Amino acid sequence: MSKQRKAVALISGGLDSMLAAKTVMEQGVHVEGINFFTGFCVEGHTHAIRAKDKAKPKRNNSLWVAEQLGIKLHIVDVIEEYKDVLINPKHGYGANMNPCLDCKIFMVNKAKQWIAENGYDFIITGEVIGQRPMSQRKETMPIIARESGADDLLLRPLCAKNLPATLPEREGWVDRAKLFDFSGRSRKPQMGLAASFGFNEYAQPAGGCCFLTDASYSAKLVDLWQARDNNKQYDLDDIMLLKVGRHIRPRPSFKMIVAREEGEGRFLQGYKKEFITMNCTSHSGPLVLIDGSPSAEDLYLAAGITARYGQGRDAEQVDVALTGKDGAERSIQVKPLLADELPEEWFI
Amino acid sequence: MSREILNARRLLCPLPVIRTQDKVKGMQPGDQLEVIGTDPGVMQDIPAWCRINGHKVLETQAHDGEYMIVLEVGG
Repeated sequence: MSKQRKAVALISGGLDSMLAAKTVMEQGVHVEGINFFTGFCVEGHTHAIRAKDKAKPKRNNSLWVAEQLGIKLHIVDVIEEYKDVLINPKHGYGANMNPCLDCKIFMVNKAKQWIAENGYDFIITGEVIGQRPMSQRKETMPIIARESGADDLLLRPLCAKNLPATLPEREGWVDRAKLFDFSGRSRKPQMGLAASFGFNEYAQPAGGCCFLTDASYSAKLVDLWQARDNNKQYDLDDIMLLKVGRHIRPRPSFKMIVAREEGEGRFLQGYKKEFITMNCTSHSGPLVLIDGSPSAEDLYLAAGITARYGQGRDAEQVDVALTGKDGAERSIQVKPLLADELPEEWFI
Repeated sequence: MSREILNARRLLCPLPVIRTQDKVKGMQPGDQLEVIGTDPGVMQDIPAWCRINGHKVLETQAHDGEYMIVLEVGG
């Protein structure tokens, strides 16, 4: 009896990786999933923060996919290692701050390390030629295989027939005839295959599963770096906070993060020891974090903006509490800024 | 059998799952782990992670913005 081969599938939580894993499982290969957490993954976070999303299911799609497939899933924290991918992408960025090609190379390389450490035979991805403009093109497929070090241990079951045979195919671990030749941006072949597997429900994230593909998020990240004299290092809290609130930079010396609703306010409360905070006391209003090194004049301006976002926006005077990182509190009386006193370019 | 506590407060999913996964790696079958988090997503994600990895959820509780899950490490 031949040895049962083992593969690890990169599981994003979307349909393609789910189908790719299932295609190989159908051939009798033992498959387990791997998912990499970069800190920029869309999964979960904003749902957890914003109160208005509380009614939505908070499931993690990669876990859900693994459960549907009946496979184990290994979620790997790559936040630290990923910094170099984001800061120094060899192949550059996409439309925003998304280093998609370098990211894919990085993840396949991590999967290559994982199979070596765990005695697995090959790697599966749900890539489809032409599906994504930066990382999933005919020219990039060999680059990913080569630069990740996975070479012909990397099997893309959904478009394998459009690519040279990999080791699993040549060795007969999988039957190439039962793999696919999908290409292009159409989702119809995937939807047909999903139906044939009996998958009636699957996640279809619009714009991918990474915040770095989002123009607004990317602008906030670039602003963060610029405000730190182009020091591009970051920690997890930095990148989490870019997902929350309204970000306003009235002066180069400081930025305000204004909670847009109750859930964000609660989330920002957790940062009161790391930031100067403001909130209206004479009227109700949002919690505001002040990032940077504001002068006394800057703080007065920030208080006026804070008041603008509270219920006292039309009042002659609003009391704003300013709390330092040490918890010391003082009160500032301000007239709220008028809408036309907040130039659009202040909003990041 | 031992019982350990994992403080996953302020972490957003999937970090509580990752911390749980890493903690369980060092535990023995039958050991219990109490995970306490503030992200409501843990109530869905940690049981899902347990189901696919062969661990058993013994208890879940939600109280005053905190979520607690007790799991038993599988074999």
